[in-house]
Amino acid sequence: MSERAPILTVEHMTMRFGGLVAIDDLSFTARHGQITSIIGPNGAGKTTVFNCITGFYKPTTGRLTLTHEDGRTFLLERMDDFRINQHAKVARTFQNIRLFTGMTVLENLMVAQHNTLMKASGYSFAAVFWPRGYREKEKEAVELARYWLEKTGLVDRADEPAGSLPYGEQRKLEIARAMCTRPRLLCLDEPAAGLNPKESDELNRLLVSIRDDERVSILLIEHDMGVVMKISDHIVVLDYGKKIAEGTPEEVRNDPAVIAAYLGVEDEDVADVKEEVQ
Amino acid sequence: MNQATATSENGKAHAPRAPHGPARNPVIEAAKESFMAGLLAAVLASFILGVKTVDTPGGLQLQYRWHLVLYAFALVTVGRFFLRLFWWKAGAALPKLVGEIGAGVTRATAPLGKWVGLALAVTAFALPFIPGIGRYELDIAILVLTYVLLGWGLNVVVGYAGLLDLGYVAFYAVGAYSYALLAKHFGLGFWTVLPLAGLLAALWGMILGFPVLRLRGDYLAIVTLAFGEIIRIILLNWQEVTGGPDGITGIPRPTFFGLEFKRFGENTFHQFFGLEYSSLHRIIFLYFIILALAMITFFVTNRLRRLPVGRAWEAMREGEIACRTLGINTTNTKLTAFAVGAFFGGLGGSFFATRQGFISPESFTFIESAIILAIVVLGGLGSQIGVAIAAIVMIGGFEVFRDLEEYRMLIFGLLMVVIMVWKPRGLVSSRMPTIFLGKEKRAISADMVQEGQG
Repeated sequence: MSERAPILTVEHMTMRFGGLVAIDDLSFTARHGQITSIIGPNGAGKTTVFNCITGFYKPTTGRLTLTHEDGRTFLLERMDDFRINQHAKVARTFQNIRLFTGMTVLENLMVAQHNTLMKASGYSFAAVFWPRGYREKEKEAVELARYWLEKTGLVDRADEPAGSLPYGEQRKLEIARAMCTRPRLLCLDEPAAGLNPKESDELNRLLVSIRDDERVSILLIEHDMGVVMKISDHIVVLDYGKKIAEGTPEEVRNDPAVIAAYLGVEDEDVADVKEEVQ
Repeated sequence: MNQATATSENGKAHAPRAPHGPARNPVIEAAKESFMAGLLAAVLASFILGVKTVDTPGGLQLQYRWHLVLYAFALVTVGRFFLRLFWWKAGAALPKLVGEIGAGVTRATAPLGKWVGLALAVTAFALPFIPGIGRYELDIAILVLTYVLLGWGLNVVVGYAGLLDLGYVAFYAVGAYSYALLAKHFGLGFWTVLPLAGLLAALWGMILGFPVLRLRGDYLAIVTLAFGEIIRIILLNWQEVTGGPDGITGIPRPTFFGLEFKRFGENTFHQFFGLEYSSLHRIIFLYFIILALAMITFFVTNRLRRLPVGRAWEAMREGEIACRTLGINTTNTKLTAFAVGAFFGGLGGSFFATRQGFISPESFTFIESAIILAIVVLGGLGSQIGVAIAAIVMIGGFEVFRDLEEYRMLIFGLLMVVIMVWKPRGLVSSRMPTIFLGKEKRAISADMVQEGQG
């Protein structure tokens, strides 16, 4: 298989919080049409990487380049967080779900199409008095929402408040909401956390479908190795903010440094683990 | 020692019984406790009710009204005795019954919501023609409608966007002074200035918006409060322009397509229509102006809620971080909320100026902001019909019970406490979704809806 073109290139990214180095000189590449996973023990800095990519933090040093299929590039570290979604087309979900609980499932998906609808409605204020052209666009938006509701199996609950959904469905809704912004790169922060095996299986299928049918690249943080190993094309392993390994699931699974990090072995003993693996 | 137990039991109705000693007679216990509560009430009442200053020719004199203190003592003692025996008891039948009646009333009135709104609108349009409605009633109605308009305007900021604004009166003032000054110095008429006053207020809304963009919750409330005061103090001290504490007098009245409401002169309303002159014409005209303005406010804010910007306001109240990941520029969204809210405040202020014919900074004190905010909160954050009802009850009720003098404050306070206990999220606490996929239209219960952190 020939190398696909990169969608996200992270180069020498370092993030310091005062004296604490959360990410130390991290470089990796996520490619178009692939699921790239970032794994690592708790506190390895995975979510910090996400926060840098989506603009919530500005990295202390380093460069984050996002490249669309048409060759347009965006330097994410220089963009406001909401512009990263609006222009660079990066969407994300959260480890602790952040839905608009008091709004219905459908409304959540409509809010996600805010920028499209704002333009269609003449920044809302024109549509107060001249709603005609906007109606059509709103219908289109509802259809996109319906598409994702069907895909996530939430269509029957469209008019229920998002806060009343069970946990697993809230996770799915958050993914549907992110997809309604029509992203090129979808960043998922532990989407399988708290799901039962059946739900986590459904999630696998959904993510693979997003990659293969929607042609949206995925960047995934996950603890559930069942999910990670099954669907990832490429895995980056972090420990204490440093990249300790990178490769296909097969390569990473057998990497002694990864095993050591997950088992909590001291640095000096990594060589011993290596021997044992071989 | 006896004193100590009594006070501690006063503090906690369900104070656990002492572990030692024989089981005591509950009636004697209750009697003892309620007697202590009565004494406490008597001490408080002796200052508030027992002594009154009266203006006599020789200066202020004290008047003693000890019988009122006795009443207070009796009321509290007996009341607490019964509460203790029949209410504050595990499994007591009475509180359960009252709770069920309350829930039943809520359930029964829920489907009436739509009809209440319609009935209110019809009544509002027909009001000046209902027999027995005179000048006094219309004046109250105009006042109520002004607050309905202001409530709906503030509802955009506090109810939809979840930004606690304690300085809303500033925009009311900007609107009023805009009209007064533009009319006085440039001779512009009410209808020309009305949109201008709204736009100027909206501009000030944005000017306030910028510095408070990063603030949330209590900090936002304090800065908006300060903004309201700054505007008032500027109006008070910039004597050359605003007339300072003397205010601005002789603000022109609105005209009906150029026709004036005067007894004498050319081009007057009654001459043109061949009517007998009546001062009521002008009041009815003012009534319909404010009714139209309120209806415009209702229509526009209601429409905006269903449009992308309105959904973004509500989404921002529910969670600002999630909004930003969806590509929503929360800075602009906040500014539009402030600007739209302020715009309607400006319209209200402009109307206030033309109605009074005289304005001074005294009309734009913090208490006005507090009243408008109270209307929005009591009505139910985000609910337009709730805000309208709250304005009618608070402003109308306050005027109707003017005869009760200082006791109306007491009733007012009691009413607020009752609503906050019975319906802590306001009269209409549920939220109606802006769009449906299915046929059935259901409201969202208040416990799902966030109040916003500023």
